[in-house]
Amino acid sequence: MDVTYSPLGDQAITIKFGTSIDLDVHQKVKQFASYIDQHSIEWMVEYIPTFTTVTMYYDPMKILRKSTDPETLPYEWVRQRIEEWLKDLTSTTTGTPRTITIPVCYGGEFGPDLHAVATYNQLEEQDVINLHLQGDYLVYMIGFAPGFPYIGGMDETISMPRKEEPRQSIPEGSVGIAGKQTGVYSIETPGGWQLIGRTPLRLFRPEESPPSLLQAGDRIVFTSITEEEFYTLKEDPSC
Amino acid sequence: MLKVMKSGLMTTIQDLGRHGYQKEGVVVSGAMDEVAHRVSNRLVGNPSSFPTLEITLMGPVIEFEEDALIALCGGDLAPLIDGHPVDSWRPIFVRKGCELRFGRLQTGFRVYMAVAGGYDIPPVMHSTSTYLRAKLGGYKGRALEDGDRLSTLSPSEEVYRVMERLRHECGDASFKEDRFRVATDFTHPVESGQTIRVTKGTEYDSFSTESVQAFETEPFTINSKSDRMGCRLIGPALTRQTDEDLISEAVAFGTIQVPTDGTPILLLADRQTTGGYPRIAQVATVDLPKVAQLKPGEDIHFELITHEQSQWLYVEREKRLQQLFVGIQSKFN
Repeated sequence: MDVTYSPLGDQAITIKFGTSIDLDVHQKVKQFASYIDQHSIEWMVEYIPTFTTVTMYYDPMKILRKSTDPETLPYEWVRQRIEEWLKDLTSTTTGTPRTITIPVCYGGEFGPDLHAVATYNQLEEQDVINLHLQGDYLVYMIGFAPGFPYIGGMDETISMPRKEEPRQSIPEGSVGIAGKQTGVYSIETPGGWQLIGRTPLRLFRPEESPPSLLQAGDRIVFTSITEEEFYTLKEDPSC
Repeated sequence: MLKVMKSGLMTTIQDLGRHGYQKEGVVVSGAMDEVAHRVSNRLVGNPSSFPTLEITLMGPVIEFEEDALIALCGGDLAPLIDGHPVDSWRPIFVRKGCELRFGRLQTGFRVYMAVAGGYDIPPVMHSTSTYLRAKLGGYKGRALEDGDRLSTLSPSEEVYRVMERLRHECGDASFKEDRFRVATDFTHPVESGQTIRVTKGTEYDSFSTESVQAFETEPFTINSKSDRMGCRLIGPALTRQTDEDLISEAVAFGTIQVPTDGTPILLLADRQTTGGYPRIAQVATVDLPKVAQLKPGEDIHFELITHEQSQWLYVEREKRLQQLFVGIQSKFN
């Protein structure tokens, strides 16, 4: 396995499993994350999986207390542990991916850029909706904002660059397109994605554990709902 | 109980940060100056993890509705109790009914106020830190406002005995500072032209030779639009030798990333968990408290050190802090 290591500051290490966004690299990232989840590593603070890497935050002082050689740099000690883990990584199981259904009310006031996306790709608005519904979606990572998924698998015929001037405020639940990616705004935030619809589903739930509805590795299915259904679901506290 | 008579510019509850949720995109937050936060807690007998008030530039006016033991650490915002100057970096007994306010900024930018027993703030995702953008944690997910009241919890028996002693020594005065003070190597102020030690960032080698040279030799000015998320550094524009797009990866407190306009951004406590801009450098953890105390308009220089040096500097600092905490603890026994 072609793996590279680099420090991120003096309390974290980034392990890189590849250089492109693809399923094979994602699988390795997921396998490594599963290994960490399955072992209790008391010197680790937390880890962040991304498209191609896993970054582990660690406590150098805890490592020095564990290490037999006080001259060994904590970073080197961590790197050696990870190299050992990678040897039996292939036997680590990752479990069956979950599939989460995200209901979306497309167009209208919820999707102010649907028309622009259609025009940009020389399609009808309904074509954009149909193609967005047909995608085979995978959550590669959560980042940018609490619970915000980076989703791969969108049909490239509905891709469109980000807006040149980002909006000051995008409502929570907005579904957008940026380049070849689609995503859902998990909290109200400024942003530049082309908005095609909105979901009543809450992606970030600080009162729940885990707080993010979606996790890296989840499969996603979008379904189309009416404005009436949107407001009914919005009232549902479990949504 | 403390009453906020005036809120000041921006006063928020912070602790050591919301760790464990970055994989779900949850921003860490926490005290910008971690050392000042930890020391202030220890000076009043609290664990380092307890919440403190992070006070920025223009301090609040606070009325104490009961006797309290407090400590102020970090920048010097010229604190006054009932009109009398009061010292930072030491425990202070404050009588019920007294008023704490702040004057003109002397040094630094942020001050941390701990109270014995701790502020009674419900944790959200195991942390009391305020993350304003998501209205998360702290006091109702926001900065303090005029009229807010903060409950405090009862201190331990040992701390209570120290308060009794100081109450006795206080006599009729409004407050009484304890005799000891934290040694100056943790309290030295930040001067303009401060040198900040950095290590090479992950994409350091992809920057042009001129840019790398400029980064290491030219001064950079802290932009006025800086906040808890990050500070923009005005100086020579930094360019890369390549156009390759980067794939988003984790970023950290102190990461210096360079967007396409060439103006570097130093990421701080409220940084996003991941980013897609090239990272030219990373501030050594030991120099993050200096960064937290920089004010807009100040100039800084960067000095490149190795990653190994950066990590051993951190280890040394932690050892010295542990010694300090043992020393402080002995005052409570």
